[in-house]
Amino acid sequence: MPNGLADFAGILLGGVSAGTVLFIVSVGLSVTMGLMGFVNLAHGAFAMFGGYVIALAMNRVHLGFAAALALGFAATAAVSAILERLLYRRLYRAGELDQVLLTIGLIFIFIAGITMVVGPESQPLRLPPALQGQLNLGFMQYRTYSVFLIMVGVLIVTAIWLVFDHTLIGTRIRATLDNRGMAESLGINVDRLFTITFAFGSGMAALGGGLGAEFLGLDPQYALKYLVYFLIAVSVGGLGSIAGVYSASLLIGVLDFVLKFYLPEGGTIFIYALTILLLLWRPQGLGRKET
Amino acid sequence: MTAAVSPGGPTGGPVWLDHPAARVLIRRHRLRWWELLPWIAAIGVYFAFPDYLGFGTELLIVILFALSLDIALGYAGIVTLGHAAFFGIGAYTVGLLAFHGIWTEPISGLVLAAIAAAVIGVASGLVLLRTRGLTLLMLTICTMALLGEAANMAHAYTGGFDGLPSLPIAPVLGAFEFNPLYADTQYLYTLAVLLICFVFVRALVYSPFGQSLTGIRENALRMHAIGAPVRGRLVICYAVSAAIAGIAGGLWAQTNAYVNLSVFDLDRSATVLIVLIVGGYGRLYGAFVGAVAYMTLSHFLARIYPTAWQLGLGLMLLLIALFAHNGILGVGEALWRRYGAERAAP
Repeated sequence: MPNGLADFAGILLGGVSAGTVLFIVSVGLSVTMGLMGFVNLAHGAFAMFGGYVIALAMNRVHLGFAAALALGFAATAAVSAILERLLYRRLYRAGELDQVLLTIGLIFIFIAGITMVVGPESQPLRLPPALQGQLNLGFMQYRTYSVFLIMVGVLIVTAIWLVFDHTLIGTRIRATLDNRGMAESLGINVDRLFTITFAFGSGMAALGGGLGAEFLGLDPQYALKYLVYFLIAVSVGGLGSIAGVYSASLLIGVLDFVLKFYLPEGGTIFIYALTILLLLWRPQGLGRKET
Repeated sequence: MTAAVSPGGPTGGPVWLDHPAARVLIRRHRLRWWELLPWIAAIGVYFAFPDYLGFGTELLIVILFALSLDIALGYAGIVTLGHAAFFGIGAYTVGLLAFHGIWTEPISGLVLAAIAAAVIGVASGLVLLRTRGLTLLMLTICTMALLGEAANMAHAYTGGFDGLPSLPIAPVLGAFEFNPLYADTQYLYTLAVLLICFVFVRALVYSPFGQSLTGIRENALRMHAIGAPVRGRLVICYAVSAAIAGIAGGLWAQTNAYVNLSVFDLDRSATVLIVLIVGGYGRLYGAFVGAVAYMTLSHFLARIYPTAWQLGLGLMLLLIALFAHNGILGVGEALWRRYGAERAAP
């Protein structure tokens, strides 16, 4: 395989794996924002919290990678369900401004809390040996972990799609997304649905935080640092659209890698410009039909 | 004497003027005695705390920046997290012109900063204000990030990440030099600019134009129905808000004598939003109260206990979002009303 082409394939794979992490973090945000109409800027804080639980479980309690991921998911889902019941619920019908304020407040509390309990330095996350090193893909060698991430992403998007389209709870979520009032009159317990979806979405964010910690790092500023990327993925993808967020995340991931490689100086400007153009073209996002 | 006999009411004017609502509306924009207090306090600070004039200058700039956001957010209801875009444009306008020796006169420099920010405000407003909600919020963030990246890319002119240090700024009115060690000129100069901008904003929000902005915030559909040019008014309002934010940015560059990429930070946008909401948005003095409360606390607490300060700030934001939507001024008004009612009916 010629060198330039191998480079390009490598960049593409790297971009897809980064986009996968972006998707895993953002998908929950997309569903909860679409479902509840809540501008949840604290979603990145949940990803950070989950990432810390996972990293600490591995570094201090010596849990395995899979067990730590499961623990991170469960802990973050539980914490977010409590926060949803106590705080978010009161502001579902409030304006965006109050929601922005509440969630910025939560970001600060998470950042301060983690700085106090764990410390300001960044947490290393050591991958299990099976996921380290290179994998022979037949046409080229590539990092095992990136291939693993891409496969996990495909698995997750398929699973969520199956749940969304082929189960009772998925049907209920879609019904509530389309028309909350009608869904409530049909006897769907929207309150409980909100809590479950919110907890699940935050749990996914935790997985993303843990899976992405290897190359995004994990420090108390995480909650703010990557927030804009999560929001871009969700708004470009479309609120409540799984396929839309998946494609938007992969697009951003690949674009980011390609631009950083070929235009090392200020390549990110094109991501912002593209986002603006896409949002003006489809304010609802790629995955949502015009309403 | 009844209205049927004579068209004059007790005040001698037409009867409708005596309607309680009319009386409130007529008096609404009148200057009240306490409106002088902030300015007296500002002058008092100049004499009482000569060591804190640098901090005072910074505080006055935050007030001006929050005031500019109040026009867009508080009065017209444009929810933005990208207001630092205009602050940055103003700062870089002043910075670039001064650093490359093209224009160092401060007052006209601020006018240029305002014009540059207003141009960007019109251009982005024409495009962004078609959208609402999350899309609008994202577009404002992306515009700000775009400008920040542009300033970073053009490092041949802007100095990139390092910014433009030691800007040569000419003396104000040709007589008052900016002294980097003692900020008395900076303080009085900033105070004067703030006063001028405030008088303008005060006149603006009580004008028919300002009233129509409030109307758009409360019910855009009705404003469309009565034939108000909603989109055009919003764009003009956005541009005015941008221009004042540009002045604030220009002042920041002049008084600090440097510019760097931090002027385009999401942090700066979030902070000014917090300042305005802590004080109370949609009311002229929210920017003052919020900036004094936030800046004083952060100045004295954040350096000693940075983590505790962040935790406290987060908790305060939760409380405001849940219980005190109108900030300190809103709480004050509610207490005043309750206390006043008790006094009236003992």
